[in-house]
Amino acid sequence: MNQAIAMPTYDDEVVKKFVIAASFWGIVGFLVGITIAFQLAYPILNLDLEWTSFGRLRPVHTSAVIFAFGGNILIGSSLYIVQRTCRVPLFGGPKLANMVFWGYQIFIVLAASGYVLGVTQSKEYAEPEWYTDIWLTVIWVMYLVVFAGTLIKRKESHIYVANWFFLAFIITVALLHIGNNVALPVSWFGAKSYIAWAGVRDAMTQWWYGHNAVGFFLTAGFLGMMYYFIPKQAQRPVYSYRLSVIHFWAITFLYIWAGPHHLHYTALPDWAQTLGMTFSIMLWMPSWGGMINGIMTLSGAWDKLRTDPVLRFLVTSVGFYGMSTFEGPLMAIKVVNSLSHYTDWTIGHVHSGALGWNALVSFGALYYLVPKLWNRERLYSLRLVNLHFWFATMGIVLYITAMWISGIMQGLMWRTYDSLGFLQYSFIESVEAMHPYYVIRAVGGVLFLVGAIIMVYNLWMTAKGRTRDEAPIALAPSASSAGN
Amino acid sequence: MAEIEKDAVSGRETTGHEWDGIKELNTPLPRWWLYTFYVCILWSVGYWIVYPAWPTLSGYTKGVIGYSSRGELRKELAARDKSRTVWTDRFSALSVGGIAKDSELLNYAMAGGRVIFAENCAPCHGASGSGNASYPVLADDDWLWGGTVGDIYTTINYGIRSTHDDTRLGEMPNFGDEDMLAKAQISDVTEYVLSLSGNSSDRDAAMRGTEIFAEECSSCHGESAEGVQDMGAPRLSDGIWLYGNSKEKIMSQISTPKHGSMPAWNGRLDDISIKQVSIYVHSLGGGQQ
Repeated sequence: MNQAIAMPTYDDEVVKKFVIAASFWGIVGFLVGITIAFQLAYPILNLDLEWTSFGRLRPVHTSAVIFAFGGNILIGSSLYIVQRTCRVPLFGGPKLANMVFWGYQIFIVLAASGYVLGVTQSKEYAEPEWYTDIWLTVIWVMYLVVFAGTLIKRKESHIYVANWFFLAFIITVALLHIGNNVALPVSWFGAKSYIAWAGVRDAMTQWWYGHNAVGFFLTAGFLGMMYYFIPKQAQRPVYSYRLSVIHFWAITFLYIWAGPHHLHYTALPDWAQTLGMTFSIMLWMPSWGGMINGIMTLSGAWDKLRTDPVLRFLVTSVGFYGMSTFEGPLMAIKVVNSLSHYTDWTIGHVHSGALGWNALVSFGALYYLVPKLWNRERLYSLRLVNLHFWFATMGIVLYITAMWISGIMQGLMWRTYDSLGFLQYSFIESVEAMHPYYVIRAVGGVLFLVGAIIMVYNLWMTAKGRTRDEAPIALAPSASSAGN
Repeated sequence: MAEIEKDAVSGRETTGHEWDGIKELNTPLPRWWLYTFYVCILWSVGYWIVYPAWPTLSGYTKGVIGYSSRGELRKELAARDKSRTVWTDRFSALSVGGIAKDSELLNYAMAGGRVIFAENCAPCHGASGSGNASYPVLADDDWLWGGTVGDIYTTINYGIRSTHDDTRLGEMPNFGDEDMLAKAQISDVTEYVLSLSGNSSDRDAAMRGTEIFAEECSSCHGESAEGVQDMGAPRLSDGIWLYGNSKEKIMSQISTPKHGSMPAWNGRLDDISIKQVSIYVHSLGGGQQ
């Protein structure tokens, strides 16, 4: 062990900015999500204004939570992790990293303001028009330069697994973003553009993008976070190096094919639907490789779950990851998809991944990072972390169970025939039947937001250097007495 | 660089690398994981053999059972059409009035018509024809263009003030135009019209309005304001108002009348569906013989 080698000074000021931005955009994104959830239950909340209508606010919500909250915590933690696992400060120094930070925030504002004003190319998760797309491309290449440059000048002989995932995330998202946004502006100074491909080719390109945004942004990127924060917080070695190699390459190779499962029973040729479905099934175990490695890393440290609510966030997130990566291949099977597609089941599935996996692992990362970055001994309050955990978990459970029930009910209502062979229900009757579940879902969202506000308060007080005078989270009596 | 060492808890060896204090165990792949992965791959290969799967230079591999989703759809639609011939043939052959008289066919018309109505008509006319502001109630016996099942069938087929050549057509003039009626006259005739359903509050004005009505309105709305369905001119004596029952609303409707429109469903729905939904609407409460 050459601990004698002086630790370099890392560029952490920019990571702090990403942490603050993630916390801010997280609250914004959850708040807009709750707003549109209530709009679905009570349409009067659209306020009869174009700017506040569901259609315009929905992309504000999805982009705010995925790209603003998720993106900031991903970029921030990747820059934190790559320095420490390469033992060098950032390539390009704080200047380049700061340009990435501010450039990315400008991208968020450009995108969101466009949505509210009705500027959209109407591609899900790729709504921004050409000028915002070009801006993001420049910023993303700068991010790649910072990250890859730091890897290249590393002082460790091997590249840590978290960095494989981050690099796959950065490179693939660049390819997806450019590939799905090949568009020709209508005029030099107008916002409107048209996509180069037409019809089903455009649909296929869109879902190649859309599915791999899930695969490489929300899966690969966040697995990179998981591979650093879980072993650090649990203070245990990663369960299996071999599993990490196999599941990394399997995910990278298989995920990119699975997009067509978003277009089952459409004009997409049957052969492409088959490939989308079978590659989704083959993806099941590679996805679970990450879950096994995350959870089994706790071998020998399970007792820490009792006393460390931060670790509980991280491990629960991996549990939700496992659940939604089982549900995904299941829903990609054509016969299941014929029931689930176009229903709320899809929304429930997305949120068990987004709230359960992405948000919980992000909360864990924020709780880990803030005391380290602001050089504090500990968080302001572990009891508040615990409270946040229960608010968040209850919120998720309400959300996804409401959407499972309403989604499956919707799917069944649409295909129920009476004894004479006529449809039993009209569409509007199925909408009416959704109402109570939309209310439950919105309440779940409120719980989730309350938890996040508790977190922001806790992090704020931590950064200020305060510690709450509270009893430690108790060990179970037997464990504490037997252990000593 | 760390040394390869043995982890005390699991008994596994590490890989000998260390990053920021993180080490990795060299645990082999879990067997159940590996074999489940293999099974998924094998299942997929089997699926590729059976179903259309891989693109080739000249097309794609068709699969051994000759499946195509379009073919499946054609088969399902053909099976459905065949199962429906027990009633669809007779629906095609009979007039809408004839169908309504046959109690067995009436069942098919009501069951199908209910959903057709809910999907296509309810957005304007309300669930079960309960009506909406500016969209007539279909569950009462007040009919603008006729309430026999044949009239309803014609209205649904060709629409009202629609783009179809055979549309129902009729518009009330703008009596507020300069060379038509003065504001005071419109006020008087409104009082008269209100008095027909016992809602006038100004006897004198209503008396003055009688003459104006006879000259200007009765040619379309009828001598005693009973309405003329051939022109879609509503009955004015029943207290049912499409565009509001206040004096102000009625005066506005005389000065600058609103004219709603209904699309022609001929071409949007097939004839059998239009027959079904006509019979359903006829049954909602006010159908006439």
